[in-house]
Amino acid sequence: MSAQLPPNLAANPRLSRWLRVSRDGFVELSPGKVELGQGIVTALAQIAADELDISLHRIRMVQVSTGSSPNEGTTSSSLSVEQSGSAVRYAAAQARSLYLEAAAQRLGVAPESLSVEDGTIAGPGNLRTSYWELADDNLLARDATPGVAAKAPAARRLAGTPAARLDLPDKVFGRPRFIHQLALPDMLHGRVLKPASPGAKLTSLDEAAARAIAGVIAVVRDGSFTGVVAETETAAEAGLAALRKGAAWGPGDALPDEANLSAWLKSQPAETTTVDERRAAAPAQVARTIRRQYSRPFIAHASMAPSCAVAQWTGADKVQVWSHCQGVYGLRIDLALALGLPQERIVVHHLEGAGCYGHNGADDVAFDAVLLARAAGGRPVRMQWSREDELAWSPMGAAMAVEIEADLDAQGEILCWRGEVWSNGHVSRAGRAPIPTVLAASHLAKPFERFIAFNPPMANGGGAERNAVPLYDLPALKVTCHRLLTMPIRTSALRTLGAYANVFAIESFMDELAAERGEDPLAFRLRHLKDARARAVLEAAAKRAGWGAWTKRDGVGHGIGFGRYKNFSTYCAVVAEVEGAAEIRVRRLVVAVDVGEVINPDGVANQMEGGAIQATSWTLKEAVRFDRVRITSDTWETYPILRFSEVPMVEVEIIARPEEKAIGAGEAAHGPTGAAIGNAVCNALGVRVRDLPITRERIIAAMA
Amino acid sequence: MPEPTKLRVNGTERSIEADPSASLLSVLRGPMGLTGTHFGCGANQCGACNVLIDGQAVAACDTPLWAAAGKDIVTVEGLGTPERPHALQRAFIAEQAAQCGYCLSGILISAAALLRRTPDPSEAQVRAALDRNLCRCGAHNRIVRAVLRAAKEGSKS
Repeated sequence: MSAQLPPNLAANPRLSRWLRVSRDGFVELSPGKVELGQGIVTALAQIAADELDISLHRIRMVQVSTGSSPNEGTTSSSLSVEQSGSAVRYAAAQARSLYLEAAAQRLGVAPESLSVEDGTIAGPGNLRTSYWELADDNLLARDATPGVAAKAPAARRLAGTPAARLDLPDKVFGRPRFIHQLALPDMLHGRVLKPASPGAKLTSLDEAAARAIAGVIAVVRDGSFTGVVAETETAAEAGLAALRKGAAWGPGDALPDEANLSAWLKSQPAETTTVDERRAAAPAQVARTIRRQYSRPFIAHASMAPSCAVAQWTGADKVQVWSHCQGVYGLRIDLALALGLPQERIVVHHLEGAGCYGHNGADDVAFDAVLLARAAGGRPVRMQWSREDELAWSPMGAAMAVEIEADLDAQGEILCWRGEVWSNGHVSRAGRAPIPTVLAASHLAKPFERFIAFNPPMANGGGAERNAVPLYDLPALKVTCHRLLTMPIRTSALRTLGAYANVFAIESFMDELAAERGEDPLAFRLRHLKDARARAVLEAAAKRAGWGAWTKRDGVGHGIGFGRYKNFSTYCAVVAEVEGAAEIRVRRLVVAVDVGEVINPDGVANQMEGGAIQATSWTLKEAVRFDRVRITSDTWETYPILRFSEVPMVEVEIIARPEEKAIGAGEAAHGPTGAAIGNAVCNALGVRVRDLPITRERIIAAMA
Repeated sequence: MPEPTKLRVNGTERSIEADPSASLLSVLRGPMGLTGTHFGCGANQCGACNVLIDGQAVAACDTPLWAAAGKDIVTVEGLGTPERPHALQRAFIAEQAAQCGYCLSGILISAAALLRRTPDPSEAQVRAALDRNLCRCGAHNRIVRAVLRAAKEGSKS
């Protein structure tokens, strides 16, 4: 029995907001979390089907919209299974018990005497009814109440078994599913001209050539925001090209020197906080101190689909928006702020986009669509960013410098650990700030100030300081974070926030300390870890990878990395095997993971494989490039990502713990994978690369 | 309006009144309503918009309509249907070979072109054939397994 409702259900207690039973033999499930390509919809359907005792195909997922869907905030931070899953499970359990009460009344028996099999309710003798026969919206038109018992983990039939993704058939047959495929009646096409560089103002605009193009309906300008609306995409593209020719731009903001990013990060005005501090019980004699600095560059989301949105004004002050955003309610807040409209005048519907790894251009393009659609006479406008827009104008994952210093005793044992992080904030999401954070809000004639990204509180895992505190048992430590108060390159949430760089730094440093003592890196870690679940993933990854049986060969190396995401969520350890001289190839990654209770084992495996492969791409290849004026990495040639021929073999071992809370898998692999690769490169070549990405140039420089 | 362009799309003869210099992608997605082929970069660098043109996987984004005149075009919608799926479509579902799935239609097309010329490819041949298709979610290994499964099952039928 639970004495309290799950938080997301307590915030949205009306059961009918979550579930509806249909006479036609299915249950509509309406969570507030959205599909980002991660498979969450399938996992939530599994949970609901389990509690209701129906088969998975009877669940129909309802589109997430403001107004009708429960407000579950942003779909982020690997929290959906934990937050939405617990709410869905509870709502479904209570719906089941309400339907059983109704069945008991109809059949004239006690509810306890009834059982449910795929929606059919059976009682003593041949008594039978079903959810479908009893379907009545009034039954769920009430608030959830505490005290309902959900099934015990052992009694669940679907959770813990692999389920096929509900969205996949549409995608392999090319049926409309993505927002990019939305075709509304009378829909027009929009394109927006991005400024010549960040912060540049539009000084003059000759609109005549754009207006003269056949099919162009309108040219929109509001300060430095300008775009075209046209009958076809081809006409919109031609209109955009004409606008570009007719536009003159002033100077923009100076960008940092990409060759000296760490020095730049350390030189900026910053807000400094102590993340954690633990003093030693007794003072000890420091024999020597080792200090190392690690860094990561700005990283792009580089989603496969350039951002897209559709907007339609249905009156002077009423607008409808279709968006692949991570949170319909958050986007609505930002749009209301930017437009000066009450929120109730705006409806935001979610439709799937391509894989989303954090705060990308989805919200920005939605505001673009809204601004253009004002000139469309009530017709819907589909606004599509270009590949260049997507790579250069989406918020970036923040560059970071991480310095770690350890006091050692005469035997090389750690006496004190000091870590320092310099970074922009990692969150400037829509709906979180008193001013709108959508890109074009700062381009308007009456511009909003550019919002400087902040870090979420440590209770939520922190931002730049996420995973900056090592999980290892250390006698004393101090970790400090410097959040930049300038933001020439716009940053916001990218998968793992600061955890990728912090885990890379900590785990690289652990290897360096082990090497100082001539100790095996795995043994050194285990000697500093009491947490049994942490030890279990390290031991599982090492065993499967044959860590102990490794024989050293020329140009081949192995390395290990570990992290517990946010220090309170998923445990993950990775062993990497690499080969190469200067050009590194990752051959194999062995990933061991503990996500507590596993809802969809294949979903977890898929997330871990994907996370490990994406982290390999970040670690070997990725850096946002820029000169002092603009982002220059705006094509797949200038922002290369890992290709099929470069992808390592990935093996995933899941340590199932049905008795533990289910937690998210989406971000656990990145830090450990990056660290394992860095350590494997050092093992193979004898040189340590501390600045990401580990490119040919960096390796050659480290060898010199 | 210029002369209509004639081409065969997914087995049907079509006559399209559109600017011959417009991209094949915009014509497929626009007037033909075949939105399963996706826009990814517009520069033939990601493979998301691949279609079969006379059996070859070609990026539709930088192929002008006139260049497709008289040719046989197959899009992801033409590979198969839920009732009569292509061996690749069956295999991609069996292997759960996707995360977001946006890259899939172009990858299915590249794989279909591969299996036409090499019905029993090695893993390295599959990776080479898909090397111009980008996937950002990291579903690569599942996708390779799915193509190998389709080759195996296709040869049985």
